[in-house]
Amino acid sequence: MTSEINIEQLLDEMTIKLQALLRQREIVDPCLVGIRTGGVWLAELLRKKMSMSEALGELDISFYRDDFTRVGLNPTVKPSRLPFETDGRHVILIDDVIMSGRTIRAAMNELFDYGRPASITLVTLIDLGGRELPVQADVVGKKLELARDQRVKLKGPQPLTLEVSTKVN
Amino acid sequence: MNDSFRPKQIQLNRYGQLKHFLTLDGLDKLLLTEILDTADSFIEVGERSIKKVPLLRGKTVVNLFFEASTRTRSTFELAAKRLSADVLNINISTSATSKGESLSDMLQNLEAMASDMFVVRHAQSGAPHFIASAVTPQVSIINAGDGRHAHPTQAMLDMLTIRQHKGQFDGLVVAIVGDILHSRVARSQIQALRTLGAAEVRVVAPNTLLPSDTDALGARVYNDARAGLRDVDVIVMLRLQKERMEGALLPSENEFYRLYGLTDEKLGWAKPDAIVMHPGPINRGVEIASSVADGSQSVILNQVTNGIAVRMAVMSMAMGGMTVEKNELASTQAELTANVR
Repeated sequence: MTSEINIEQLLDEMTIKLQALLRQREIVDPCLVGIRTGGVWLAELLRKKMSMSEALGELDISFYRDDFTRVGLNPTVKPSRLPFETDGRHVILIDDVIMSGRTIRAAMNELFDYGRPASITLVTLIDLGGRELPVQADVVGKKLELARDQRVKLKGPQPLTLEVSTKVN
Repeated sequence: MNDSFRPKQIQLNRYGQLKHFLTLDGLDKLLLTEILDTADSFIEVGERSIKKVPLLRGKTVVNLFFEASTRTRSTFELAAKRLSADVLNINISTSATSKGESLSDMLQNLEAMASDMFVVRHAQSGAPHFIASAVTPQVSIINAGDGRHAHPTQAMLDMLTIRQHKGQFDGLVVAIVGDILHSRVARSQIQALRTLGAAEVRVVAPNTLLPSDTDALGARVYNDARAGLRDVDVIVMLRLQKERMEGALLPSENEFYRLYGLTDEKLGWAKPDAIVMHPGPINRGVEIASSVADGSQSVILNQVTNGIAVRMAVMSMAMGGMTVEKNELASTQAELTANVR
């Protein structure tokens, strides 16, 4: 399954789709924000493909997760870093995989604690379906359907590969 | 001491997550590093325009200070508020204990108000441990200083400050100067430094301000400041508690200052890039010269900022570990009830 997906090619296609969407929405000078860890790797690649000079922002959503009371605090939390003001900016938010939509909900809440962005455009490499919240990506690299016991994970950063594994019980 | 009474048993849940924070005794390097790393992330939160995250929304934190404190209590309060918890400050001297209510009754009443965490400062060593083990075991307890025993959040904020300035603990020589005998801060600092792998911990003090069993401290003892400060990377000055003078442990403040007070001259004996720390409040001209406290090598105000981040880290980790345990307990009980039916 891993070999079927060419991430480089997907990213090229996503770049074209994203640039068309930004034109259509008349968005100029957007800023990029990746969600750790996979989203940051992808955001860095997108930044190069779109020849954007501004450094990207990195979000760690551990302090905004809704499963804190079930699993406790993520022991490997790292600081979020937004090297720019988000107030009034058009933010392109990037994550590797979207499923329930809970990560994106948390990321949007965190973004709003830095300021009030003019807009947020969501880009994800993989859409697994299975949404539990009304959150949709604006640009998707590929839709995947997995069996109930399967999981997908982006490994990287050099090279980026998608690993589909079967959960062992 | 019997192993089953060791505090580490009650500080951690079965996944090894923190649920109380009472002492550094029994906590390993991995967990202490996790606290420091988590605190690093909270420092970033403190630099935002909205310095608040929703982690402890709906949780109730009660500050129970049986001993006066301004800095520690207010940084705990700010930390809890920045985690979105509701905070209650109980002023013990005007509370029901003065009407004759027992400590246990008061705590159980607070627990009945659905409190999730008590931050406890008490003049009696072991009071937070007693509350966690015997009074309200379902409430997460954070030790904010107990007697001469421990002040673990102060020690961890000092560790965070050292790591920020020195990068790591390997190879570091740290001197703790002053009233070691009465200092819970020194005890916790020595434990933290040893666990995190500092090369050498020294205590610098006259014999009258040292415990009789200096071997048990885990630090090298120096009575002479010049020898004790030679080539150290970090100097920690302790507050000389004026009330100790009455016990005739010291001839005078002036003599203490002459022998141990950190002046520019004494600071010169340490490494040129040594940092100077002090847990506060400072007695200028008693244990430290103003020129040193306000000088370029002083990181005393960094310590205060780091105190909020470290307390946010410890509170969120302990609240997480306790909540996980309580949820498991609740689901087990629900299963048992279902089986009975």
